[in-house]
Amino acid sequence: MRPFKDLTAPACPLPIPNIDTDQLIPARFMRRPRSEGYGAFLFHDLRVEADGTKRDFPLNDPAHARCEVIVARRNFGCGSSREAAVYALADFGIRTVIAPSFGDIFASNAVKNGLLPAQVTEEDAERLLSAGAMVAERPVTVDLESQTIVAGNLVVPFTIDPVWKKQLLNGWDDIDLTFGQSVEIERFCAQDRQARPWAAPSVP
Amino acid sequence: MTERVPATLIDKLWNTHAVAMREDGQTLLFIDRHILHEGSFHAFNQLKDRGARLARPDLTFGIADHYVPTRAASTAANPEAAGMIEQLARNARDYGFLSFGQFDPRQGIVHVAMPEQGLTVPGVLLVCGDSHTSTHGAFGAYAFGIGASEVAHVLMTQTLWQKRPKRMRISVEGTLPPGIGAKDIALTIIATIGADGAQGHAIEYAGSAIRALSMEGRMTLCNLSIEAGGRLGMIAPDETTYAFLRGRPFVPKGDAFEQAVEDWRHLQTDADARFDREVTLDAAAIAPTVTWGTTPEQAAAITSAIPDPDQVADANKAQAMREALRYMDLRPGQPISDIRIDRVFIGSCTNSRIEDLRAAASILNGRRSRVPGLVSAGSANIKRQAEEEGLDRIFRDAGLEWGESGCSMCVGMNGDTVPAGERCASTTNRNFKGRQGPGSRTHLMSPTMAAAAAVTGHLTDVRRLQAE
Ligand code: SF4
Repeated sequence: MRPFKDLTAPACPLPIPNIDTDQLIPARFMRRPRSEGYGAFLFHDLRVEADGTKRDFPLNDPAHARCEVIVARRNFGCGSSREAAVYALADFGIRTVIAPSFGDIFASNAVKNGLLPAQVTEEDAERLLSAGAMVAERPVTVDLESQTIVAGNLVVPFTIDPVWKKQLLNGWDDIDLTFGQSVEIERFCAQDRQARPWAAPSVP
Repeated sequence: MTERVPATLIDKLWNTHAVAMREDGQTLLFIDRHILHEGSFHAFNQLKDRGARLARPDLTFGIADHYVPTRAASTAANPEAAGMIEQLARNARDYGFLSFGQFDPRQGIVHVAMPEQGLTVPGVLLVCGDSHTSTHGAFGAYAFGIGASEVAHVLMTQTLWQKRPKRMRISVEGTLPPGIGAKDIALTIIATIGADGAQGHAIEYAGSAIRALSMEGRMTLCNLSIEAGGRLGMIAPDETTYAFLRGRPFVPKGDAFEQAVEDWRHLQTDADARFDREVTLDAAAIAPTVTWGTTPEQAAAITSAIPDPDQVADANKAQAMREALRYMDLRPGQPISDIRIDRVFIGSCTNSRIEDLRAAASILNGRRSRVPGLVSAGSANIKRQAEEEGLDRIFRDAGLEWGESGCSMCVGMNGDTVPAGERCASTTNRNFKGRQGPGSRTHLMSPTMAAAAAVTGHLTDVRRLQAE
């Protein structure tokens, strides 16, 4: 996983609450192989009309074409557990989403793909959304170590689970750590078989 | 002797599965059941990239549901879906785990068919790459949805690192009025606490109205925990649970089952245990509830009118309401029972179990649907049972289509979608924009309410038809 330390890049405001993962990527694209890239599917139905013409949507604005940060309202990424929603954001080039709250599974998926879910207060989200700073010419800076966002004159703190912070800073994933626990896992299983004999599925 | 610390059921199950703890507070949990569906292919690709093996094929189960055709038209319309189903079957063969394929008599929607097989029992920790895995908590299991990277981690290690969730208890006390069911309870909870009201929390449902629910009703309720933002939902096991499970294919046999029940009886929250948050609802105050917007929190009683954004103090909330009303083509003040519908869908992991089909059929019996619609049983077994009971005849005679079992029009991945601009009365769980197909408009409700809407052609208080 690619580490995340800091980022200075254009940001795109999406002043919408409850952006669910069906909006982030409609289900019909999820059977595509990741190697094709998922960026074109991001917000597909909000960006593109059924006849292929572009809708009036912030990400379609050329000013936001190169954005790497999204600022949204509460409950970003609620709904389906589809990690494809994070693939779509990442492949589009988004590396940070700033919002007052996130769907739990979405936030976990984001961190596993090196995408920072930066949680701010409702008030700070509104400040960022209305800040004139958020146009392409004046990029925002997101610093994970100090947990701050700088947009023009505005400096806003954000929160992130300390475990996730460490993983993002170091680009770690869990799996190697877990392989190192194989003795503990075996010991657990041996004891557990005695304690909960009914836990194993009884094959008919 | 150590002093007994009062604990919630959530904590008891967590502690039972803790393999190791890290300094940073993350706990390595052992996974008793890992369930896969066609969408799990991203995780298998991660496994292949690492050249890793499947840790516990004996605890891994697959099922074809999201992409299976549920009506003749969908097979032809969507050849790509067949590839998804075949891919799951291939992975099952290559890695040596049991998978219920499209034509297996045990096939069905993962959250319907697995409990039906007895693969979900009290006290187990169960995960699946699907957010509605919370359904399985109805049995007193610790069950939650995970993303593809986590699926890959479970495939390789049969464990997951997790942070202990906060605990929330939602108590529903009293007796539900006639005609009110688990779906109405769930939608009322979500409308009350919000679509993110339980974020970061595991929920335990308690109270006399919950105890009175059947297993089907409990599964409907736990299913919708995720729509309130909860990580999972659970209900302590009791006689209703054991009666449902006794004799199911994958549960312990004979004496071993009764032994298990003795153990399961201990799976209760201690009387003096503390929750981080408590919410209490009065069962008697719950009405038949439907959604009018594009998030499940935008729900209201059928007897009410569409709320007016101008009356809402919170400017952001009002703006979101206006946007939802624009998408749904509704206006403030309009009586909800005036909303005309174009289609009904009865199915999904929320409401496709035998009790749901019986309830819908009881309204449709001897009546005609004014709109086209699809009924999709939650599993091949339920479909057979419904046919034995003659329910398929009732649906067909009413003019509805009787399909195969699968996710179907809940998500439209198999090609069964609601056409753009159409309004669907649906027993599913998500009314998101475009969820049932690009441009589709979804109203969530219970099976009897969907049946009542079919009969009248508009959203209708089912109690009116029940009184006739
Ligand atoms: S029925 Fe709908 S919500 Fe349930 S698992 Fe299938 S797609 Fe998901």
